[in-house]
Amino acid sequence: MSKNAPHSDVFEGHKKLEKNVTLLAAATLLVVAIGGIVEIAPLFWIDNTIEKVEGMRPYTPLEQAGRDIYIREGCYTCHSQMIRPFRDEVERYGHYSLAAESMYDHPFQWGSKRTGPDLARVGGKYSDDWHVQHLKAPRSVVPESIMPNYSFLAEAELRVADPAANITALRRVGVPYSDTDIAQASADLMAQANPDADAGDLAARYPKAQVRDFDGDPARVTEMDALVAYLQMLGTLVDVNSAAAQEVLTQEKGQ
Amino acid sequence: METVVKRLGVWALVLIASVAAIALTPDAGFAVHMGIVALVAGLLIVATATSYDPLARAQSIFKMPPGPSRYDDDVIRWGVIATMFWGLAGLLAGVFIAAQLAFPQLNFEPYLNFGRVRPLHTSAVIFAFGGNALLATSFYVVQRTCRTTLAFPGMARFVFWGYQLFIVLAATGYLLGISQGKEYAEPEWYVDLWLTVVWLCYLAVFVGTLLRRHEPHIYVANWFYLAFIVTIAMLHVVNNLAMPVSLLGGKSYSAFAGVQDALTQWWYGHNAVGFFLTAGFLAMMYYFVPKQAGRPVYSYRLSIIHFWSLIFLYIWAGPHHLHYTALPDWAQTLGMVFSVMLWMPSWGGMINGLMTLNGAWDKVRTDPIIRMMVLALAFYGMSTFEGPMLSIKAVNSLSHYTDWTIGHVHSGALGWNGMITFACVYYLVPRLWQKERLYSLRMINWHFWLATLGIVFYASSMWVAGITQGLMWREYGSDGYLVNSFVDTVAALHPMYILRAVGGLMYLSGAIIMAYNIGMTIAGKSRVEAPMGDTAHDEAADRPLPLPAAAQPAE
Repeated sequence: MSKNAPHSDVFEGHKKLEKNVTLLAAATLLVVAIGGIVEIAPLFWIDNTIEKVEGMRPYTPLEQAGRDIYIREGCYTCHSQMIRPFRDEVERYGHYSLAAESMYDHPFQWGSKRTGPDLARVGGKYSDDWHVQHLKAPRSVVPESIMPNYSFLAEAELRVADPAANITALRRVGVPYSDTDIAQASADLMAQANPDADAGDLAARYPKAQVRDFDGDPARVTEMDALVAYLQMLGTLVDVNSAAAQEVLTQEKGQ
Repeated sequence: METVVKRLGVWALVLIASVAAIALTPDAGFAVHMGIVALVAGLLIVATATSYDPLARAQSIFKMPPGPSRYDDDVIRWGVIATMFWGLAGLLAGVFIAAQLAFPQLNFEPYLNFGRVRPLHTSAVIFAFGGNALLATSFYVVQRTCRTTLAFPGMARFVFWGYQLFIVLAATGYLLGISQGKEYAEPEWYVDLWLTVVWLCYLAVFVGTLLRRHEPHIYVANWFYLAFIVTIAMLHVVNNLAMPVSLLGGKSYSAFAGVQDALTQWWYGHNAVGFFLTAGFLAMMYYFVPKQAGRPVYSYRLSIIHFWSLIFLYIWAGPHHLHYTALPDWAQTLGMVFSVMLWMPSWGGMINGLMTLNGAWDKVRTDPIIRMMVLALAFYGMSTFEGPMLSIKAVNSLSHYTDWTIGHVHSGALGWNGMITFACVYYLVPRLWQKERLYSLRMINWHFWLATLGIVFYASSMWVAGITQGLMWREYGSDGYLVNSFVDTVAALHPMYILRAVGGLMYLSGAIIMAYNIGMTIAGKSRVEAPMGDTAHDEAADRPLPLPAAAQPAE
């Protein structure tokens, strides 16, 4: 409120804004919009955020159902899925994560906290039996663990109201599912967790899809089946050590 | 009568639609939510039809003076009660999940597992406690500083009750497993749409009231409230763009994927901090600190610089949540640079608040509300220094994914947001309920010290936990191998997790004392107690100092 300082035009001009709600609101919106536009918009067309890497494919209906359970239970509150390019992380969890590896993740699940370990490449590290036992009662496998028990997953029958609708919604936001994928969604969902069922061309449409009973109870398809199927495929799609992948990486800038 | 019939018709339509949704949806959680909506519609039908006024009945329970008088304060009184209620609920949820991390046996599957209660805690404290504080204070401040009553009083009431419905739907949703899996934006598409409607009405009421003002200038607190409302609308809408699987189910998939989704989310997430928890609360500071201190704001020019630089810089800081991820380097670096720059306007605001006490510093000793405000500003300063430091990539490589971040967030949330809100509620309650004074000032003192000690326990245990964790993860032995397995680091944190829960419990106890104090004030009681800042007076000791042996002439 100092009157002694010489009058400056900037502060005089500001009085116009202070007397006009519309101007003030418009100026505010303009000022807060800039940062987001400059930072976010380019990500939709610059190379290393939209590039494709060999091996990436959309999730199978069963994996996607497992992913939906992962989100429902809030696993992301304790587990990240983003390995940073540091020696200790790469040794502990595997090759650092590539942007392309989460290109079909609606929403992303990179996480922000590691109360538990990173899961970006957990697929294939442990047996199905280990996962089932660990999810049911984590401390029976890892005594110091502080993870909650998820034994109800093994009891709950996997109920996806309309697997085709889930896949269709994902296609609408840009995941390249084919018409066959949508038509076959219900059959795919059940067949992937049931070794006795005829999986048809599931393995052709979803390369590297693992077809088996995951939860040790072949009679039923449970939520445990779906979640373990999802965990077992995490990080297995892209062969990061292949010559082709390494070539893509060397050309990448800004990683 | 016609309006009553019309209202009945609308509520009946809502009731029918929600019952139909219950019948048709295959999704159990969605059905429960529609049940809640049907219940609200049913209650409204009964209330309208019998002309039984449940609001008036409830207002008499909480002994609200009849309004509106000079200002329209009904909705503000409700806001204060809601702030107190959700504050206790959110803090309790926090203590519970803190205890779960120390003692995992406290997870009760499936509904009370950590992963479901943690979003409940974050939403309850940020959106329910903080949000109600912002609603109540913004309606209070805008009326006083514009010397007018609220525009659209009916809509203002809709904003308040609609916001409570949003909170109930969000909170029950998490426990039922309805979540879109984006931090601090977990509610699903239909709850997001509802909040959008409520929020636009909030904007309309706020701007409408500004337009009715009898003051030529818009007071600085209102700039901050306006920026908060406008920016949150923008962030909320963009970050929650999603494709519902079915109109009769809760599930949806985010419109963005991978990197784009990550940056959109943290653009939202960081600015939920920047505009919800900072700009909005700075507005509270700009009105209530000068009021309580009885001094004008330190510098008008500093507040102009503070406002524009803060809102411009904050938006850029989001990428610092994604250091060393698959986000392109240039975006990370931009995020870091702007975060460091953000230190300046943040401290500019703190200085403007603290210097307002020039000439009134004695009140820190005698007025526990001022003391709370000063502590809040001090914590604001500390956490806005820690934040830029953590955003430096080299520091972040250690701190990211650890409890250091959790400690940082809580020194801001408990220290800054919590304390300034408590101070404002203490300021507001006697005025809103037309009481001479609060039930007890000494209880505020208890609250102050319990909360302060609680934060010290919380923040220091999380510093130790975070740095321990970060260092153990990257520790190599002389053989060139990693020394610790992951679970070693989990076991090492156990004592820190207990200390943190103790800190949280202390903070919660302070809030319980406050709730009692507020309740008794509303009930019209006042505690007989010695005034604050009284020092014992010893007549015998109170005499001039003995004269020096020989007075020296001045040179």
